Amino acid sequence: MTTRQRVGLRVRVDPVACDAYGYCAELLPERVTLDEWGYPIVDGAPVEGGLVALATRAAAECPRRAVLLEQVLVPR
Amino acid sequence: MSAMTLDANDRLLTVPPRARSATDLNPVLADHLATHGALAVPTRDDAGWTAAVRRAVSESGLLGRGGAGFPSAVKWSAVRRGGRRPMVVVNAMEGEPASAKDKVLLAHSPHLVLDGADVAAAAVGASDIVICVADDNGRTAASVTAAVAERARAGMDHRRISVERPPGRYVSGEESALVAWLNNREALPSLRIDKSVPLAVGRRPVLVHNAETLSQVALIARHGPEWFRRLGTPEAPGSTLVTVSGAVRSPGVLEVELGTPVGDIVGRAGLDGALSGLLLGGYGGAWLDPSHLSTPYAPGPLAAAGATMGVGIVVALPVTSCGIAETARIVRYMAGESAGQCGPCVFGLPAIADDLEQLAVGRAGAGVLERIEVRAAVVDGRGACRHPDGVVRLARTALAVFADDALAHARGRPCAGHRAPSVLALPAATTRDRWAS
Amino acid sequence: MLASHSTTIWYALRATGIVALVLLTGTVVLGILTAGRVRSRSWPAFAQADLHKRVSLLAMAFLALHVLTAVVDTYVHVGWASVLVPFVSPYRPLWTGLGTVGVDLLAAVAISSALRQRMSARTWRAIHWLAYGSWPVAMAHSLGMGTDASRLWMDALAAACTLAVGGAVAWRVHDHREASERAARTGAITRAVPVHRADRSAARLSTGDSTPRLGSTRPVSPAPTGAGAPVEHRTASATRLLEKERP
Repeated sequence: MTTRQRVGLRVRVDPVACDAYGYCAELLPERVTLDEWGYPIVDGAPVEGGLVALATRAAAECPRRAVLLEQVLVPR
Repeated sequence: MSAMTLDANDRLLTVPPRARSATDLNPVLADHLATHGALAVPTRDDAGWTAAVRRAVSESGLLGRGGAGFPSAVKWSAVRRGGRRPMVVVNAMEGEPASAKDKVLLAHSPHLVLDGADVAAAAVGASDIVICVADDNGRTAASVTAAVAERARAGMDHRRISVERPPGRYVSGEESALVAWLNNREALPSLRIDKSVPLAVGRRPVLVHNAETLSQVALIARHGPEWFRRLGTPEAPGSTLVTVSGAVRSPGVLEVELGTPVGDIVGRAGLDGALSGLLLGGYGGAWLDPSHLSTPYAPGPLAAAGATMGVGIVVALPVTSCGIAETARIVRYMAGESAGQCGPCVFGLPAIADDLEQLAVGRAGAGVLERIEVRAAVVDGRGACRHPDGVVRLARTALAVFADDALAHARGRPCAGHRAPSVLALPAATTRDRWAS
Repeated sequence: MLASHSTTIWYALRATGIVALVLLTGTVVLGILTAGRVRSRSWPAFAQADLHKRVSLLAMAFLALHVLTAVVDTYVHVGWASVLVPFVSPYRPLWTGLGTVGVDLLAAVAISSALRQRMSARTWRAIHWLAYGSWPVAMAHSLGMGTDASRLWMDALAAACTLAVGGAVAWRVHDHREASERAARTGAITRAVPVHRADRSAARLSTGDSTPRLGSTRPVSPAPTGAGAPVEHRTASATRLLEKERP
């Protein structure tokens, strides 16, 4: 039995580019928290609905372009 | 077919059939040809030969010997000729301090490695072969350069072969770091989101292989996959090189059949006294408790025990040493070897090293064990490369294997072994213990 | 030309200049606050950065209008060249020239920010520091031109702007010094990091041991007796092991 899937979005961080500005954690606390040194810990759960706009903004506002939005297959 | 015996000792590090004489013009090449026979590698694209050798490597089940254990045939499929000629990179960096297998292999059988590089290059249509030897490894560079020159004189190779000397740091041998260095002279690992997309030098796709892997390829190309599979287990065929060190009488590099019990491997190097633990894989590997001397040395059984073959090291830790202290030394070294690109690694590894050092001398505060575990979980998987992941695995397995010791240390009662000199191979600066009292 | 509108343009020239100065002051103060990494739930850093960017765009817009009106105005002759080349204006070359210098600096900052992703972070930051130079130049230009300088409201405005920037700079210097002292005292990397932003290069320096960039061709670890020695020993014994097996 095949699982019905669709394309969803997931937040990822390029750890090399990241310089711990922390904007992503402020914009998207539902998916990003900061470790004790200020670097993002990303929840890999897909972003849906209203979070998509925030995730897009987090990717756009990151001064180092370290926030990436990855397309993944998610179950329907 | 060759009349080689099937003892694991006689594959990669084969004894040459005649003694070298001072009058031999090409002693190593001649020995190599006499031992292994000639290998005809096509100079032009030959679809039939390419298909046959790809099939042979695939059926052999050869896994990479550079640490990741990735199926070599799959790597070849990923590197396709798409407009630009690929290049083959021979990774002879061996930045792991406890490993000497590639150095020994290239000192003893450089032509086997070069044969393998030639085969791989022909199979993927590459026009260049680049051999990367660490800049602080003059002996290996000399051996490789001499072998390349011998082959040139004998008119053997028809591809451009060069030897490069990237900096001899721990992470320089990481695949993406090595390719980055070839691109812009900075050996920094990069984040690889899609590993099926091959790395590239400029626009040319790159096939990176560990030196030992290529030597196995050279033998498979000569004798076929069935021959390769006569040693080892069905899931883990063939032989492999292991560097044994620690509490053994004759530390060094051994060629072993996959599936051999770890204890037999250590025994061949002369086990010297009771053990408190075994370090497998590398300094980013895993500690195992001494009961695993009976575990077969193969990916499957080791994975079940929480370890990997890694770059093929086995360090036997005697009961007179302290696993916590040795782990603290390794973690401090590894923290210093960070490429410095990713915050969790740059900050997390020294923090874990601090805690382990304090733990080793019995001066750690309350909650140190929990703090190490928490930090390990936070740092794990959050770097661009697997460097911090390895350190996390080392620290976690140390706290598991040396659990009783760790508890005693945490309570301020460190074992006597923490003052014992290290049995590990570490650069001089680290062996000067930072907490020396 | 527009002789009948020259008074309007003359007033627009001065007004846009003053508004641009105030907006530039606001931009600089916001920039300093953002760099100071003080944040809270109601004053998040991304919003500070965003506000700084938006105010800077407004400042640039008014500056562009100011420059345009200066060039088309017939009351004073400035010339198109003076938009970018300083000190070539027939009318009051020194003070106009200072304005041009300000435009040049801000143009560099604006262009580099637009192309931020195409350059290294260090390069972008170096160019952005030119912004610190643009503010005193703008202030000097405003006061030196003198048109409204003697009026009380202009003096009050200039004083307020100076106080704002001066205060922000003083706060930033103090805050930075405090963070550095904290770092020097504690020593360990984990505690040296300013709470809101990890500065890796500073952290490396504070441990008293610089992590060199990989890629140098000189061995950077304590090389001769370093990684080579213990392993060479192992290799030697490995070779001995093999020698024993030779016939």
